[in-house]
Amino acid sequence: MRVSFTRRFLFALVLAGVAIPVLFPFVWMLASSFKTQVDIIAWPPKFIFTPIVGNYVKVFTEQNFLQYFINSSIVGVIAVGLSVALGLPAAYSIARFQQKRLSVFILVAKLMPGISFLMPWYIIFSRLHLMDSYIALILSHMLIALPIVVWIMSSYFETIPIEMEESAMVDGATRQRAFWSIILPVSGPGIVTSITLSFIFSWNNFMFSQVLSMERTKTLPIAVYNFVSYAEVDWGAVMAAAVAIMTPAIILTMIFQKYVVKGLTMGAVKG
Amino acid sequence: MTKSGFVERNLKILFPLPAVTFVVVMMLFPVVYTLFLSFTNWNLTSGMPLKFVWLKSYARVLTEPRFLSALGRTFSFTLLAVAVEILLGLALALLLNREFKGKSAMKLILLLPLVATPVAIGIVWNLFFDPTIGFMNYMLTILGLPTSEWVSNTETVIPSLALVDIWQWTPMITLIVLAGLAGLSQEPYESARVDGANAYQTFTQITLPMIAPTLLTAMILRSIDALKTFDIIYAMTGGGPGYASETLNVMAFKYSFEYFRMGQSSVILIFLFLLVLLLSMAIMRLRKRFEL
Repeated sequence: MRVSFTRRFLFALVLAGVAIPVLFPFVWMLASSFKTQVDIIAWPPKFIFTPIVGNYVKVFTEQNFLQYFINSSIVGVIAVGLSVALGLPAAYSIARFQQKRLSVFILVAKLMPGISFLMPWYIIFSRLHLMDSYIALILSHMLIALPIVVWIMSSYFETIPIEMEESAMVDGATRQRAFWSIILPVSGPGIVTSITLSFIFSWNNFMFSQVLSMERTKTLPIAVYNFVSYAEVDWGAVMAAAVAIMTPAIILTMIFQKYVVKGLTMGAVKG
Repeated sequence: MTKSGFVERNLKILFPLPAVTFVVVMMLFPVVYTLFLSFTNWNLTSGMPLKFVWLKSYARVLTEPRFLSALGRTFSFTLLAVAVEILLGLALALLLNREFKGKSAMKLILLLPLVATPVAIGIVWNLFFDPTIGFMNYMLTILGLPTSEWVSNTETVIPSLALVDIWQWTPMITLIVLAGLAGLSQEPYESARVDGANAYQTFTQITLPMIAPTLLTAMILRSIDALKTFDIIYAMTGGGPGYASETLNVMAFKYSFEYFRMGQSSVILIFLFLLVLLLSMAIMRLRKRFEL
């Protein structure tokens, strides 16, 4: 009994040793978002303080934060939606007709440094007068989302037995029809995984929006970044902004935890 | 001939066509355009027409001390971060690879750094690293250690940034290895137990060889990502102090969008592109070899 208790105690210590360093920056960020500037710059750091909500009020009233929130949502939702529309048929074709080269081609888009497309986009979008437009942002974010959708869905379609379409096709359905009415309805988990992951990556994207957007279409990561470019950093407001930007992604992760784990790890693990 | 008949016969081409067209227009075309620009000396703000200088830009940029330091820095950042992430991630996965209460909660905790917005993460760590009010120096003081200037010092900035990368990405290695371990067959373990193998032998002779392909793929994927690290570096230091944390990605960004030297920045971009392409090809090869 004693041995088992000791072992369990040691294991609990291990768990705490993993969880605390991972969580601490989040806890500190959350705590600081409720602190006054005086409490934040106090030395030694304050663990006990009187919480205030002033930082959140400041972020949401003085800054155009709500507009940036809407911009991020518009760009994320449309880019992901279009990527799913383009990506599902492509992924199906890759899975069923074993188009390996095609899958590599689209995978390359996922691996390449974003900046190698961003510079030419900047020139082209400037010429087309599309700077600071939703169109430019959505197109750029689609290059984030589409490879994720294709990557996840092509492996997902491979796990669906081919007999499912074949039996429908024997009954006279075309393959196209089988795809829409037999395969897609059973692909829910894969689609949820790809939507969740690609939305989170679009939501977090900084580099593309930093270059392609200005005041009108500015997204949240840029707004958060701009907070610290002032001479003196208003730490409380920055932390409140950081909490606000991370909350949607974290809520999505909590709801779809299983899918997010699968989507993030499948790159290296078979299946 | 019906319309659906045409679609049906050409499904192989029609289904991927929209996605492929998109990738060609948004990726392939820009890369070709960049290649074209890399042979010129074009500066967007100079107002001069672009002039072909062919390989002169390459000769100039690729031998520039600033470029060579950025290249070295990119590699040392990547090497440091990925090595620690792989070792630590593997160790944590082995520790957590059992059934326990709260395993699902633990996985959620490990996911948080992966889905958190990098720019915001960078700013939070800047508060941690602040030499006068930061939590990191507070901890060092409590432990009786000398304080550090973290990202404000040219000597410590790269290890400090690597520390943030390690904090953010070690959990991914852990999750990947955990997923890999969950898929292993139990048979070799049973025979090892019968043969009286100890924990160390079981690890080196059974677990490690079986997990090696997963680990290797994870390592290359992570290295590609680490080479491309931008958000955290740009948000935390902007490549500074001086050029002390300027990696290739940050340098290319500055050349493009601060100096507008498009010709020279194209050279860096092509170099970066080829570097990642090479690593990507390595990963394809590995996948084929291990039939992943």
